[in-house]
Amino acid sequence: MSSFHTLSLTELAQGLRARRFSSVEVTGSFLERIERHQGTLNAFISITREAALAQAAAADRALAQGTGGVLTGVPIAHKDIFCTEGVRTTCGSRMLDNFVSPYDATVVSRLKAAGAVTLGKTNMDEFAMGSSNETSFYGPVKNPWNTALVPGGSSGGSAAAVAARLAPAATATDTGGSIRQPAALCGVTGVKPTYGRVSRYGMIAFASSLDQGGIICASAADAALVLREMAGFDPKDSTSVDAPVPDYVGELGRPLKGLKIGLLKEFFEKGLDRAVEQRIREALAIYEELGAQLTEVSLPHLPLSVPVYYVVAPAECSSNLARFDGVRFGHRCENPRDLQDLYRRSRGEGFGPEVKRRIMTGTYVLSAGYYDAYYLKAQRVRALINEDFIRAFKSVDVLIGPTTPTPAFELGAKTSDPITMYLNDIYTIGANLAGLPGASIPCGFVGELPVGLQVVGPHFSEARVLQVADAFQRQTDWHTRVPKAFA
Amino acid sequence: MSLTREQLASIAALARLDITAAEAPVYQASLSSILDFIGALDAVDTASVKPMAHPLPGLSQRLRPDEVTETDHHEQYQQNAPQVASGLYLVPKVIE
Repeated sequence: MSSFHTLSLTELAQGLRARRFSSVEVTGSFLERIERHQGTLNAFISITREAALAQAAAADRALAQGTGGVLTGVPIAHKDIFCTEGVRTTCGSRMLDNFVSPYDATVVSRLKAAGAVTLGKTNMDEFAMGSSNETSFYGPVKNPWNTALVPGGSSGGSAAAVAARLAPAATATDTGGSIRQPAALCGVTGVKPTYGRVSRYGMIAFASSLDQGGIICASAADAALVLREMAGFDPKDSTSVDAPVPDYVGELGRPLKGLKIGLLKEFFEKGLDRAVEQRIREALAIYEELGAQLTEVSLPHLPLSVPVYYVVAPAECSSNLARFDGVRFGHRCENPRDLQDLYRRSRGEGFGPEVKRRIMTGTYVLSAGYYDAYYLKAQRVRALINEDFIRAFKSVDVLIGPTTPTPAFELGAKTSDPITMYLNDIYTIGANLAGLPGASIPCGFVGELPVGLQVVGPHFSEARVLQVADAFQRQTDWHTRVPKAFA
Repeated sequence: MSLTREQLASIAALARLDITAAEAPVYQASLSSILDFIGALDAVDTASVKPMAHPLPGLSQRLRPDEVTETDHHEQYQQNAPQVASGLYLVPKVIE
């Protein structure tokens, strides 16, 4: 059988448990697809064929003995921001081109424990800083719907891999939209959990008060199955929240009658592509048919979320990336004259332009005399944005709107002006600033390009967000569409 | 606001980043436009607002008991090091 990629992750997991096919067959088939399309899409940085087949063989033995877990034998990919023991972990940077992680991230070890097989590491914007995957040291990922276009970022490799069905699921991270925006641009389902829900241990840090790991799959039902294994308390992450993880799969299928959906007034104002807006309105009509009530709500401070983000995220990045000093691991320059020269040239050579830009922005806003004016000011406005969300969730259950203002854009179209690039995340950043869970699901097309619908809920409402996303996917088939070249 | 060449050089020095002469004007322009962009925050009255330090209300960093939980992995970790000798990381001479 060579059509494993046409099955959902849930169907693959069930088929493996019922031993209708083996993990070696399934894994081999996905590896073959990854290798065949790597030249076109560049979705992977490392393909771990041998290790994957060995893990698959072990999974088959476990399945034969009846000791398999929920995901035993299911092949998945990891964003190259997650440390994988014995496997190169680059974070899309020249700085870590030679770095072989000595340990597994908690996300990786949890999914291994659930039985998942690792196919390889997906391409990404360097240190997750980008919205188009064009800042990767390993070259941009191409959008499977049109290879002249970007897949979005920073989890562009994970989104493209799932869209082209090179993997049934791929881990991802979201600091300002890096799961939801590429999911929208590639026509797949991306889930960013509440801050603290999924362990950040072994997830290379960018902005520690915003970073959150999550998952990209074809559907919300698949995402629920994987997230249930990924989520939960981890003593190794001091920001991990010690709260029980609901059965995300078991919670699916509840009727939406009476659900109160908030439409963010600010998301439907200037800048939103008319055709994208049309798809979002059509999706909202489906929710009304399902019995949900729509109410317009306003978050007056939300338009300030992008400037707040571009103070807070670079500030935290400049601090987190100070560890890359050319001494203990990572890139080191040739023939350093002295220690300062070693630091400056190793970092100057090892980091790409966007990372350097953000480190310098962060260094400036944190430097003596500017801390109050920029960083503290931004944290105050962040509190106002957070209060706006809390107020909104007193009257509605979830917020629904577009994930991005436009569908995918051309490679190179926005690389010359950082501000234009930053504005791609205008609808997604708010959830990161407030630590809220969110998802993007496909809700139709503009021409040949997918459009993403965003669902955001209160803290720890992943079960509700997944339910709302899944209910839509039970009524529509947008999430089953695959670009022709990869069908 | 517009950053001068000297200001850019001082930021790069603080950040321990070597910036080439060719790169400098590009960063000068883009950092200046980013600072203009984030300047939008000045217009908001935040006099009575407490700055937000943690995305989850009421939570702060958890502490753990001061116990040894890690075992010795230095040989494994040093396999990623650019230069080591006798279990030590080597850097250029700091003290003459």
